[in-house]
Amino acid sequence: MAFLRSFGAYLPSRIVDNQEMAAATGTDADYILRASGIEQRRFAGAEESVASLAIRAAKDCLENAGLGTHDVGLLLVSSGSAEHRFPGPASAIGAGLGINGVPAIDLPLASAGSLFGMALAAHLAPGYGNVLVVASEIMSRVVARQPAHRDTAILFGDGAGACLVSPEAGFAEIRDSLLASDGDFAAALRLDLDAPLYMDGRTVILQAARKIPRAIIELLERNRIPPASVEAFLMHQANRNLIVRVAQSLAVAEDRFFCNIQRYGNTSSASLLIAAGEWRQQHPSPPAGPLVFAAFGAGLHWGALLAIPLI
Amino acid sequence: MNKQARIIKIIEKLTGKPLSIGPEESLFESGVLDSFALTDMVGALEKEFSISIPDSDLTPRKFDSIARIESYIESRA
Repeated sequence: MAFLRSFGAYLPSRIVDNQEMAAATGTDADYILRASGIEQRRFAGAEESVASLAIRAAKDCLENAGLGTHDVGLLLVSSGSAEHRFPGPASAIGAGLGINGVPAIDLPLASAGSLFGMALAAHLAPGYGNVLVVASEIMSRVVARQPAHRDTAILFGDGAGACLVSPEAGFAEIRDSLLASDGDFAAALRLDLDAPLYMDGRTVILQAARKIPRAIIELLERNRIPPASVEAFLMHQANRNLIVRVAQSLAVAEDRFFCNIQRYGNTSSASLLIAAGEWRQQHPSPPAGPLVFAAFGAGLHWGALLAIPLI
Repeated sequence: MNKQARIIKIIEKLTGKPLSIGPEESLFESGVLDSFALTDMVGALEKEFSISIPDSDLTPRKFDSIARIESYIESRA
């Protein structure tokens, strides 16, 4: 068994609103809000790195769990925007946390990386002990590469999130997960070497709008849980309109889907854990019903994870 | 009603206004459909023509114009 024990997050201090983004990209602030639901995002400072953001989120997560770094048995790190092809940021994050010697594994998956990390952590926790899943992204640097794609640049922000998966205790048991990949659409959303992030938005939306609800429904059906009884849906924050679309597909009220994209934009793989952390802060009591996590992104990789609160 | 007329009816219902572009013109570049309307249109096409569109066919290029949609539907018949 494995349990969700705590979440954590770190957001850089610099706020970039739509007016500033519109001026920088030659777009319209109202259009950005209308097309994405994003009002502002955070940009990392020049001195910050994917690892430094991750370390702050990891410490926040451990503090929320009431644990120390020495309690971590395995570190899983997702990032699609890491500064180096190798090594990935995982070992530097481990060093920054003072846990050299603890295995630190990189998951170079954008968007869905944190969900994949959580699902893997649930399987690995019984053997390794507490698994710290961290997702960290500095998207502002990869979308700023030239030639910049303004329709893509307006969507992204920087940040890091973390989740502690424990084999012993937590506020909800990770009961099941469903992960999937489809390489036929790998070119639709990609970050080539030294090129800006490329996204064929129409293909991505078309695929996501079908694959996310299908994954959630399959996961819930095999666990005999109706969507209406889910306490909260915590999703990768890619686009508010997409989240609304998923809610409609499941015939679930939109307010069951936690949404903070308006404040942080799309922080790729970090967004799921940042959202989960904020949701948990706002709902510190034991959840009244099941929790569903879901993500979709480059790969294509997507999936859903079910957690049942402990009574 | 022929296929093109049925496709036009679906698009007009989705957009809430008469369609004023030719069958070969891009539904996206002309601003008739955005990404989310495209998603709705695919679902409506499946229902109207009693076809199942697999994920592997879900690319905007296949649905970029009335002529392309018609051609795709014929290929699924």
